[in-house]
Amino acid sequence: MLDRRTLMKRAGWAAIAASLGPVRALAETVTLPFGNGERPLVRYPQKRPMIGLTSRPPQLETPFAIFNDGAITPNNAFFVRYHLADIPLNIDPDTFTLSVTGKVDRPQKLSLKDIRKLKAVELVAVNQCSGNSRGFVEPRVAGGQLGNGAMGNARWRGVPLKTVLDMAGVQAGAKQVTFNGMDGPVSDKTPDFVKALDIEHARDGEVMLAYGMNGDDLPVLNGFPLRLVVPGYYGTYWVKHLNEITVIDSTFDGFWMKSAYRIPDTPCNCVEPGTAPKATIPINRFTVRSFITSIADGVKVKAGHTTLKGIAFDGGSGIKEVAISTDGGSSWTQAKLGKDLGKYSFREWKLRVELAAGAHELKVRATSNAGEVQPAEPHWNPAGYLRNVIETVRVTAA
Amino acid sequence: MRTIALGSCVLAIIMSAAGAAPIAYKLPEETAAFRPGPNLDVVKNNCTGCHSADYINTQPQGPKYKKDFWQAEVTKMIKVYGAPIEEADVSKIVDYLATTY
Repeated sequence: MLDRRTLMKRAGWAAIAASLGPVRALAETVTLPFGNGERPLVRYPQKRPMIGLTSRPPQLETPFAIFNDGAITPNNAFFVRYHLADIPLNIDPDTFTLSVTGKVDRPQKLSLKDIRKLKAVELVAVNQCSGNSRGFVEPRVAGGQLGNGAMGNARWRGVPLKTVLDMAGVQAGAKQVTFNGMDGPVSDKTPDFVKALDIEHARDGEVMLAYGMNGDDLPVLNGFPLRLVVPGYYGTYWVKHLNEITVIDSTFDGFWMKSAYRIPDTPCNCVEPGTAPKATIPINRFTVRSFITSIADGVKVKAGHTTLKGIAFDGGSGIKEVAISTDGGSSWTQAKLGKDLGKYSFREWKLRVELAAGAHELKVRATSNAGEVQPAEPHWNPAGYLRNVIETVRVTAA
Repeated sequence: MRTIALGSCVLAIIMSAAGAAPIAYKLPEETAAFRPGPNLDVVKNNCTGCHSADYINTQPQGPKYKKDFWQAEVTKMIKVYGAPIEEADVSKIVDYLATTY
């Protein structure tokens, strides 16, 4: 499908490369619809061709068309985001251990086998990068210039974090729990990627230590053999290759909590574009979002009846309503919601619409069960997080 | 969509259920390169230890993303991520970035 959103180009090396032996990258590019949006389509082990944002450390974005295939994002299409380049490439599941230490009565050292013996739970939940869609932010901001593909929805299998914390016996006065994975910085001057959750959140029974994803082991680049799943929360908390849990009696002041991944402490978590917030808080739950997946921006469609399809999700209250406009937002019609896979999941929607010959601005607007509605105008914050403006797809019917 | 075999990218991954052989994951070779420009050697020496060139290549471009934008990024690399960049190299790197991207 050729369209503005995913304009594929053959750079012409493919044939040459084939005769030179090893092919280093797919000789194809994708152009995301913002300035300097050309990206290589790259091939990684365990992944289908993905949109390559960076190679060291790897950051891979899901080609958007995949979201039209169903509510669950396949493991081989799930986005990848690392912060630091020393990533674990040789992992022995037999010798892997997870330690639980700090303000606990019985420090634990658990093997993967030990963890798999505990009573398992499953949960369908969206993981979304805090910076998903940053490339669309205006005025633009520094950081990973992502389209809309740094999100995905999977059925996670593992054990509640609470189970493991209870085994360790959290002491009175515990305030937060910190999470560290096997990946680390190249320089010891760079702060290691460590995240923290409040103790009540960590013990809510939903935050999970996941070893399974859509019926398989986690792919290596998605955190094999164990990652944190924090339903409804941005991916920054979903620590990959998780091997160190520490219970502390203070508020964690590491760089990735205290300085990075902060949003304005205002009611909209936004500020006037181009300005700095007076105070900030750690990023937390997803804003409500929805997308049309069945039709890409800029395409031509046949005039007459067509069925629009897409997805919606929010930070954990579930989707109450998805409405569609085919006239640029003047009038709205409620879409039919698909199967409910749980309040943290993508919720599919569809709607049959009539498109007369001519140009149309299709818009999709979700409302969460908590009453949050997507805004007509984008909210702005300096890091380019939380984007959830009503999405628009322009098509021409003929 | 694509018909050509992918030589080196197809990897030797040994996957199986829990309690199996170690997994060796092979990343594809890095292909992103810096654009030619002034002080490119200084840039390569100081930046590529921690990240690939595409971290720079993919940033917003245009008149609004020149000296101030790149100065802020280089300062962030030093102050926040502990990049050991010598004082004398800072302006060379900023100049390269602002004139090349």
